[in-house]
Amino acid sequence: METTRIPAGTPVPGRPDSFRDVIYVWEVLRGLGITIRHLIRNCLHMKDLPTLQYPDEKRVYGPRFRGRHRLTQREDGSPRCVACMMCSTVCPAGCIHIIAAEHPDRRIEKYPAVYEIDLLRCVYCGLCEEACPCDAIRLDTGVYEIVADRRDKFVVGKEFLLNERERGTL
Amino acid sequence: MEQVTALFARIAGAGTLSPQLLLWLGALTMALIMALVMAACAIVFTWAERKVAGFIQSRYGPMRVGRWHGIAQPIADMLKILQKEDIIPADADRKFFILAPFVLFIGSLMAWAAIPFAPGFVAADLDMGLLYIFAASSLVTIGILMSGWASNNKWSLYGAARGAAQIVSYEIPLALAVVPVVLYAGSLNMTDIVVAQQGGIWKWFALRNPFLFVSFLIYFLASIAEVNRTPFDLPETESELVAGYHTEYSGMRFAFFFLAEYANLFLVSCIATAVFLGGWGHPVPGLNFAPALVFLAKAVLLVLAQIWIRWTLPRLRVDQLMHVCWKVMIPLALVCLAGSGVWMLAFVRFA
Repeated sequence: METTRIPAGTPVPGRPDSFRDVIYVWEVLRGLGITIRHLIRNCLHMKDLPTLQYPDEKRVYGPRFRGRHRLTQREDGSPRCVACMMCSTVCPAGCIHIIAAEHPDRRIEKYPAVYEIDLLRCVYCGLCEEACPCDAIRLDTGVYEIVADRRDKFVVGKEFLLNERERGTL
Repeated sequence: MEQVTALFARIAGAGTLSPQLLLWLGALTMALIMALVMAACAIVFTWAERKVAGFIQSRYGPMRVGRWHGIAQPIADMLKILQKEDIIPADADRKFFILAPFVLFIGSLMAWAAIPFAPGFVAADLDMGLLYIFAASSLVTIGILMSGWASNNKWSLYGAARGAAQIVSYEIPLALAVVPVVLYAGSLNMTDIVVAQQGGIWKWFALRNPFLFVSFLIYFLASIAEVNRTPFDLPETESELVAGYHTEYSGMRFAFFFLAEYANLFLVSCIATAVFLGGWGHPVPGLNFAPALVFLAKAVLLVLAQIWIRWTLPRLRVDQLMHVCWKVMIPLALVCLAGSGVWMLAFVRFA
């Protein structure tokens, strides 16, 4: 497509500046009016400010909010997970690492000898809990403050995920 | 100043101290009071600025330091800035680099000497006080040029050159705007100017006649340009020049620039209060115990107005800045000067 060259200095088409625009003062006063209105309104109705005083006030999320993962337990406290690898297969981030082992109980086929989630890689999409046939993994803790001082601490294992409810931080 | 000297004389017992020593003691005390008041105000204004900016933009501003609305934020800032490393660039002109912030600061400090806060409460009751104030505050230009040149940094130099051009230009409408007041008061003495405005709000020079009101507006706008604040903050344009003339400064030296900016802001507001808004005079009957507080309240309101303007308007372009100064403000100031003179001849009865 051929583009036409507009010579420098060509006036931009549009509404010509009115006298009010040219003397500038009127628009300045209008602007000052807007800012003082905001100032007064925000001082009088401080509670209406959208800002949240974060560590003191926290946003309330819905029950379906996907926070940090946990592994659900059987009645005896062992993981419900049968190491079927569905979650690690479906995981788009590839953050779940499972090593399966044979369970001593013959009725249960396998159990996860190692179950690790890299919380830095996880995208919290929730596909793992959708894929799980045993309701063994859930993202329902509601925890979103995931903090540690070393990268390797973000890779959390079976122990941590099983006892998620008692434990606050990494 | 006389009262302070007299107080010292009374404490020591009459005749025990030589007049020379008394003069020095008095001057030192006044300087200390002024410096402390100014530094305290400047520090509080940094907080006020951030709060006003916050509320204008529907935010809170500082909230965490101190019990109430981050009131201790300036103290925390000071503590932080004291701990910062003091960096002097290797290629900088060391002597001038170190000197510049002090020149800037002293420029604004010196002008305070002639500001009359209350009847009798003025460090130096000079006969040419107004002239002295404008002369002393011009020292700021030298400080800015010095810092920009000594930094050996292109952004600093641009900022300094812009600052010098801007301040030198805007001093003209600034000075022209106060000349009609001098006509009315018949004196350059700051105390005389304030005393001439006593006795009701209509005695204030800003409200004496329409020309003087326009003069007041010109003074107010030009003073914003004098202290390099938005919409005239071209010497510091952070989007173009990093930080302008104080780009290379860090730690306490930067804090001096920062404090000087707010001290200047307060200074021009105090001058406006004394010259145009009746100084310590006020229309409320029976409120006579604290003239200095009335004076400071007016000045603080003017500072808040400047903060308000800063958070409303975008920055001007360099050519627009010069256009406003030379083609709008100066002719208008001259018209006001002539108009005030004619008004005086027509309506004011001379004693």
